[in-house]
Amino acid sequence: MKPFGYVRAASVEEATEAFAAHPGARYLGGGTNLVDLMKLGVERPAVLVDVSRLPLDAVEELDDGSLRVGAAVRNSDLAAHPLVRDRYPALSQALLAGASGQLRNAATTGGNLLQRTRCPYFQDPAKPCNKRQPGQGCGAREGVHRDHAVLGHSEQCIATHPSDMAVALAALDARVELFDEEGARSVPAAEFHRLPGDRPERDTMIRPGELITSVVLPAATAGLPSAYRKARDRASYAFALASVAVVLRVADGRVAHAGIAFGALAHRPWRATRAEEALVGGPATPDAFAHAVGLELAAAQPLRDNGYKVPLARNIAVDVLTRLASAAAS
Amino acid sequence: MAGTGTAPGATHSALGAPAERIEGRLKVTGGARYAAEHPLPGRAQAWPVPATVARGRVTAVDAADALRIPGVLAVLTHENAPRLAEPDDRTLFVLQDASVPHRGWFVALVVAETLESARAAAAAVRVDYAVDEHDVTLTPDHPDAYEPETVNGDFPGRREIGGPDGAPAAVRVDVGYEVTPLHNHPMEPHASTAHWDDGELTVYSSSQGGNTVRDTLASMFETSAEHITVVSAHVGGGFGSKGTPRPDVVLAVLAARATGRPVTVSLPRRYLPAVVGHRAPTLHRVRLGAGRDGRLVSLAHEVTTYTSHVKEFVEQAAVSARVMYGAPHHFTTHHVVRLDVPSPSWMRAPGEAPGMYALESAMDELAAELGMDPVELRAVNDPDREPDSGKPFSSRHLVDCLREGARRFGWSGRDPRPGARAEGPLLLGTGVAAATYPVLVSPSTAEAEARPDGTFAVRVNATDIGTGARTVLAQVAADALGVALERVRIEVGCTTLPAAPLAGGSSGTSSWGWAVHDACARLAERLAEHGGTPPAAGVTARADTAGRADAESDYARHAFGAHFAEAAVDTVTGEVRVRRLLGVYAAGRILNARTARSQFVGGMTMGLGMALTETSTLDPAFGDFTESDLASYHVPAHADVPDVEAHWIDESDPHVNPMGSKGIGEIGIVGTAAAIGNAVHHATGVRFRELPLTPDKVLRGLGG
Amino acid sequence: MGSENDDGAAPGGAPAAPAEQRSATTLRVNAEHHTLDLDHRRVLLDVLREDLDLTGAKKGCDHGQCGACTVLVDGRRVNSCLQLAVALDGCEVTTVEGLLGEGEALHPLQRAFLDRDAFQCGYCTPGQICSAVGVIAEAAAGHPSHVTAPGAPSGRPVPLDRDEIRERLSGNLCRCGAYPRIVDAVEDVEGAAT
Repeated sequence: MKPFGYVRAASVEEATEAFAAHPGARYLGGGTNLVDLMKLGVERPAVLVDVSRLPLDAVEELDDGSLRVGAAVRNSDLAAHPLVRDRYPALSQALLAGASGQLRNAATTGGNLLQRTRCPYFQDPAKPCNKRQPGQGCGAREGVHRDHAVLGHSEQCIATHPSDMAVALAALDARVELFDEEGARSVPAAEFHRLPGDRPERDTMIRPGELITSVVLPAATAGLPSAYRKARDRASYAFALASVAVVLRVADGRVAHAGIAFGALAHRPWRATRAEEALVGGPATPDAFAHAVGLELAAAQPLRDNGYKVPLARNIAVDVLTRLASAAAS
Repeated sequence: MAGTGTAPGATHSALGAPAERIEGRLKVTGGARYAAEHPLPGRAQAWPVPATVARGRVTAVDAADALRIPGVLAVLTHENAPRLAEPDDRTLFVLQDASVPHRGWFVALVVAETLESARAAAAAVRVDYAVDEHDVTLTPDHPDAYEPETVNGDFPGRREIGGPDGAPAAVRVDVGYEVTPLHNHPMEPHASTAHWDDGELTVYSSSQGGNTVRDTLASMFETSAEHITVVSAHVGGGFGSKGTPRPDVVLAVLAARATGRPVTVSLPRRYLPAVVGHRAPTLHRVRLGAGRDGRLVSLAHEVTTYTSHVKEFVEQAAVSARVMYGAPHHFTTHHVVRLDVPSPSWMRAPGEAPGMYALESAMDELAAELGMDPVELRAVNDPDREPDSGKPFSSRHLVDCLREGARRFGWSGRDPRPGARAEGPLLLGTGVAAATYPVLVSPSTAEAEARPDGTFAVRVNATDIGTGARTVLAQVAADALGVALERVRIEVGCTTLPAAPLAGGSSGTSSWGWAVHDACARLAERLAEHGGTPPAAGVTARADTAGRADAESDYARHAFGAHFAEAAVDTVTGEVRVRRLLGVYAAGRILNARTARSQFVGGMTMGLGMALTETSTLDPAFGDFTESDLASYHVPAHADVPDVEAHWIDESDPHVNPMGSKGIGEIGIVGTAAAIGNAVHHATGVRFRELPLTPDKVLRGLGG
Repeated sequence: MGSENDDGAAPGGAPAAPAEQRSATTLRVNAEHHTLDLDHRRVLLDVLREDLDLTGAKKGCDHGQCGACTVLVDGRRVNSCLQLAVALDGCEVTTVEGLLGEGEALHPLQRAFLDRDAFQCGYCTPGQICSAVGVIAEAAAGHPSHVTAPGAPSGRPVPLDRDEIRERLSGNLCRCGAYPRIVDAVEDVEGAAT
């Protein structure tokens, strides 16, 4: 880790100004991934702009019934927030399925979205990685890739995004609010992360220096039945092999709304729009769920050693859909 | 016969009592100091630089950038590090030549004022290599495989009774099993702090045996052992990986010599997999033939494994078959191939853990073929004498363990049909497996002193790696002296104390305890000569068990155990969770019920990890282990471990040592993986023959 | 909340003065004030161990993957190996050494760990104990866990049964396998408190 400067910002404007003023700056939130990567030599910031104490630490209900979550809200506080637990159970469950109690106490909402892949080739500067160093090649594609992507990967990169929280946000139609000197904007959470294509070094669509200020959970999905399920190698404190967040509204035995997103299958939370389209208006039955999920996963292109992810993702998605549907029916 | 707590005849005796750990208060208050926690004045920190090629040679080291970093004191490489005498264990011969025998081998060491400078400078050292072709892939028919004469533990590699082709059998099992590489990963990374002062060397080292560290350093640094003191007061686990000196201590002493400063080397977690040993992968072929009555007529266990080009270490995975079951045709053999891999070494129950996984899984397959209860199959094959040596057992209560375990576990109501129990999407099953571990013991010295204040000082260079050695040795002393435990002051963990062997091979308590027992018994006699009251100068007695502890025994001496497991297999995800784990052991006299239970449970927990979560993958292209950290190498977490039960048979064995104890540190892992694997078969009807049973494999086995 | 920026220099603005790489940082550790001139790279764990000689917090992995370094910052358990000390300026830190009460009396969890033999080598133990302090507080504050029933009422204390304790302590690895005893110890203290 090379020495770096440190600036603590008191406001969003001050943060973006400080970022702009210091070449090689990085924003520091909870630090749980950034400091880890700095120790590994993967991240080498010249200056850290500390945004963890910005007044972005509140969860507030807006007039339109949506919920704004400040970017500095810690993962544990977000998971425990009564409005989140009551209205967006998939989000609370996803957060609690991730990391450990200690890490959730430190990690922020914004930082969680911007965490980097845990691909072991990315984490080892002595190995080739197009994400870390464009043009270097990918060690994982022919290497050890049991944990890697089956959907939307490219010749350049087969990494997955490790977040649980982001998967729930994608399924819940959340939006990510951003700010920089050009102003504020908002993007759908499901479109915040990118597929690798030939620019695998870019995880998201955020602009350099742009700051996540908040995440907005819409009124439209508030209170809808939702759930998150994660499969992993050990019972806790492990990244997903596959995960799914589902938001499902059933009316008169038919699917009125479906939001489905997969985790650990792709370079971004994988919003299963094909499955959703197939489901909406149709019967809420296990067969229909299996058919729709199958349509989505037909696009999968497993690598040599990760083909298991396709049936695994199918199974957990059908399971959660079926559970939510039967809860709605009873 | 079964007991769970106090030993028989323990009245007036400190032995067997569940005494609280003597160092316990220090550990729960943060006061126990480990090897990297000795802030000597002027201490510097060192950070090693691992090789980034799988095989080759260092052609150039450019340390200029590193040396420009403020606070950097030195960059040691093979070009400038002090010269060492060549050790027997070449994994310690660091920074002495340009060769790179495997990826992760240390090629430089940065010494700096702070951890931050040392880390940054290590990243700034530029190393050029000449790269050679490498091969890290173990295959069952590797062309370079050979049959070693001996395997770890000095056992013969091959043993053969009867003809090689077996005998006619009513039922046969011919199956292959695979155990992937595993890593010890003690919670305290390997660390040493070294300080030279006018030719006197003091080393705080995270080691399972300070005397070996001292002797190794004396020979490598060509000084006399009297000038070296090695302190290992508290050691944060080892599980075999600290059994002998590891590169950290050599590097610390080198750096301290080169810089004239006290130096701490605390190995980064990610570097451990390559340099402190691991359990080598093993490929097993097990062939069993039995009559309809279940009696084995043939047993063949063939093991293929690897070792490194640095040293030969052969995991003795076929050896436990020589102890467990007899057959007129009995064949056990090992093959090993030298690859460009990190050097394997001891990991808890080397040999037994993977060997018994394969053998006890195959026994379960045989029981299924026979339609026989797996407990009964083991009972009918329980031999009167050790099959390989023909010696009588000093004690063998395996069948008692199986029966007692079956009773406690509720085995008798079990429906043997696989796949018969379901709970929603979960399939439930139960499994059993036997365990064995040899009684090992080495000569030790010890000293006991009666002091005028009525206390007794007992000194032995034992190492407490978490076993509770201090406590149990104080109990042995109190028992031999016939005094209350509170009057005994035990001193361990320093080479200025009477020399003693390492904490390894489950032999520590037997070896040290024997010497402590003898010293205290002698002291009691001396004290009696003084009318029971020590003179002002105190009275001291010493003991040395050489010639007795290492004497050949007429008996085959082993501990035995039985493991029972209940597993739930999620058919949605392929996730396997253990619901119950129960072990019953026949391990001689249990000297401290509290710490013994913790050791048994700890071994079973590591066995659970071996069964379900732990694996290391050798990357064929890069030559290192992909799972290099604790996020990817899945040591079981709290949530993986149910309420684990350990019980024991009160076993009296007069042929082991004066305490009647056998080792207990390793047997807990031995049968656990097989019991869990057998439970998973019972749950699903599918035989999974490659560990660990992670969702990818299980889901594939269940047909997606 | 950092932005990605591999795309070179930031746009516009006057070039900043070269940033300092050290800062005076004030921490209140176990009720004692310390103002230290710290290298920005220094994490809280190394401040405790190297600068303050409080070696109770352990370095097991240095990457937030084992929990041995767990301490309480402003009452919340965190991995001190991932906390840059400079960012904690003004914070209150409690380590295992700071859990002792009047007259060096053991904290109830420390006592329970001894009573239950909830450790062997002792290296993960301070982290387990600090983590357990946090677990009990979090549950009392109504924080759910992965195993809390989704229908459990929000904002009310969560009873800590064995599954809850296991899940909540899963960020603290123990290679000696003391887990069941640790759960016993935490249950003892939780049971006494409720």
